[in-house]
Amino acid sequence: MPTNILVFCETEGGKPRKTAFELLGKATQLAAATGGSVSAVVLGDTDTAALGAAGASTVYVASGAAFGTYVAGAWVKALQAAVTASGANVVLGAAAAIAREAFPRLSARLGAGLAVECTDLRAEGGSIVGRRPVYAGKALVDVKVTSPVALFTVRPNSFPIGASPGGSAAVVALDIGLTDADMDVVVTETLKPATQAVDLTEADRIVSGGRSLKSKESFDAIVRPLAAAAHATPGASRAAVDAGYAGHGDQVGQTGKVVNPSLYIALGISGAIQHLAGMRTSRVIVAVNKDAEAPIFQYATYGIVGDLFEVAPAIEKELAKALA
Amino acid sequence: MKIGVCLKQVPATDTRIRVNPTGTGILTDDVKWEINPYDEYALEEAIRLKQAGKGTEVVIFTIGEAASEARIRDGLARGADRAVRLDDAAFAGSDALGRARIFAAAIQAEGIGLVLTGRQSIDTDTGTVPGALAELLGWRQASWVDKLVIEGETFTAHRAAGSGTREVVTGRLPAVVTCDKGLNEPRYATLPGIMAAKKKAIVVKNADALGLAAGSVGAAAALVVEEAMSLPPARPAGRILSGDAATVAAELVRLLREEAKVI
Ligand SMILES: Cc1cc2nc3c(=O)[nH]c(=O)nc-3n(C[C@H](O)[C@H](O)[C@H](O)COP(=O)(O)OP(=O)(O)OC[C@H]3O[C@@H](n4cnc5c(N)ncnc54)[C@H](O)[C@@H]3O)c2cc1C
Ligand SMILES: Nc1ncnc2c1ncn2[C@@H]1O[C@H](COP(=O)(O)O)[C@@H](O)[C@H]1O
Repeated sequence: MPTNILVFCETEGGKPRKTAFELLGKATQLAAATGGSVSAVVLGDTDTAALGAAGASTVYVASGAAFGTYVAGAWVKALQAAVTASGANVVLGAAAAIAREAFPRLSARLGAGLAVECTDLRAEGGSIVGRRPVYAGKALVDVKVTSPVALFTVRPNSFPIGASPGGSAAVVALDIGLTDADMDVVVTETLKPATQAVDLTEADRIVSGGRSLKSKESFDAIVRPLAAAAHATPGASRAAVDAGYAGHGDQVGQTGKVVNPSLYIALGISGAIQHLAGMRTSRVIVAVNKDAEAPIFQYATYGIVGDLFEVAPAIEKELAKALA
Repeated sequence: MKIGVCLKQVPATDTRIRVNPTGTGILTDDVKWEINPYDEYALEEAIRLKQAGKGTEVVIFTIGEAASEARIRDGLARGADRAVRLDDAAFAGSDALGRARIFAAAIQAEGIGLVLTGRQSIDTDTGTVPGALAELLGWRQASWVDKLVIEGETFTAHRAAGSGTREVVTGRLPAVVTCDKGLNEPRYATLPGIMAAKKKAIVVKNADALGLAAGSVGAAAALVVEEAMSLPPARPAGRILSGDAATVAAELVRLLREEAKVI
């Protein structure tokens, strides 16, 4: 059976997010393998040409006041309309804030199975098999969705953005018929982060600090400048968060954020099982720790045994030179 | 308003996961079970809301076998009033949608006005049950909430949106709210609490009691099928760099660029 794939493309500042291109690239491969098609749905005003160039043959669009910020009722209704209009049997979204809430609702509304947080998708015998981490990445499970429409969310950074096939898409406005009841939970305020760093879950580079930073002042003086020099997002161990050196949103680990960057630099982090659970899929792990026996070294691609207060500023200096 | 809390037992976060020989799940013989950490925030918030006069009763809901009662008792000892344990051989193999159907029936039967859950279970790592539950109930929802205010018939919640941005959302009750770290500091059970919990009721309900049609839950209804579980591939051995700070830093940056090609 051909897989006709609909990709829910999230946007930011009127442009598709990076995850949209990651998903369209993978969808294009999967559809080609099964003789299916790829379409996209975007909610809000966006540059649709880029989505066509990335492989979508049709882009379904909903615009208007309801699609400025996320409103669960309206957005789920729009996604449902896009599934119907596209005739898709596979729907993909990024495992980030919006789909995390909207896809479970969509799943119940359509009576469709949902496999979340996949890190790989493959075509097998006419259907899509998702691979997803469970127990915070301590194990992996292959899942199939057996309903006529199969929903998947995919972790950011799971797929590379390939060369753009360079097509163009037909743009179709969705007919949704919103009512007041669909404006069920509305955003009344948006609190922007102090820094413009990419969110941890989507970040391609992360520099994290642990308890050993000793104070918020030294966390700010050591971890953040190194992160800035590496063009990375700062993160923290739970011990550092609980000590108040960083915010709850900065915590990496089993009870924090699960991250998937290509580069993860851990400064003075011991590598407790709960921390490893959140970052073990990082492509390259760098550990700086003064204890040569620290468990983090068993996972590190490159390890430096030394005092982070000396080593981190030296790395910062070298990175600043290299990435200037 | 009665407040419902969905409380699940999961393997402790420091559990070394071993896959069973058939690749269908994990070996649980020496697993230590705990309350799902995010559900602790949900329970704590419910208790605080009741103490602040926003709720009349805190009711724990668990889908689980008798062995999960130790965690339910812990929840009762911390301050919940009573519990409903949902258990039936017909529930085995339910996917998230199936579990949401079980909860929806139970929550409606108890006349709950606000359901607090964890943002995700840390075993299956799905975060799917609460959204499906809200949809089935036709209720509003707020996810990954780290600040919650209930005022009359409305709720206001702070939640993580993308890119480090936080959003304040508001809607009318009834609602399902999923709780994140940062919402509160969960309390431990006290000795008087543990004594009091012994007298609190845990009612067990099966599919019949919930009026669930045969085939609407359990393995037969599951649309998400797990095929094989495996352990992640081992990481190749790494390399320790040595020398003074300036030397190792320069060497590291060279390797990141030339060997690993990540910068
Ligand atoms: C239910 C539960 C959930 C948890 N969830 C998480 C989670 O999501 N994320 C998480 O991170 N943790 C989590 N933890 C906590 C986890 O078990 C560890 O306690 C925590 O990760 C330790 O943080 P750390 O590595 O910063 O501190 P430590 O373990 O104290 O390690 C500090 C390290 O710094 C090194 N060091 C000290 N000084 C220096 C120096 N000057 N230079 C270089 N190295 C130095 C030391 O050698 C040591 O290895 C959880 C725990 C529980 C019980
Ligand atoms: N079997 C269960 N018993 C009690 N609560 C559950 C159960 N399954 C899921 N939940 C609740 O739903 C939340 C999200 O679970 P999940 O969708 O499984 O990740 C959990 O944090 C719990 O609050």
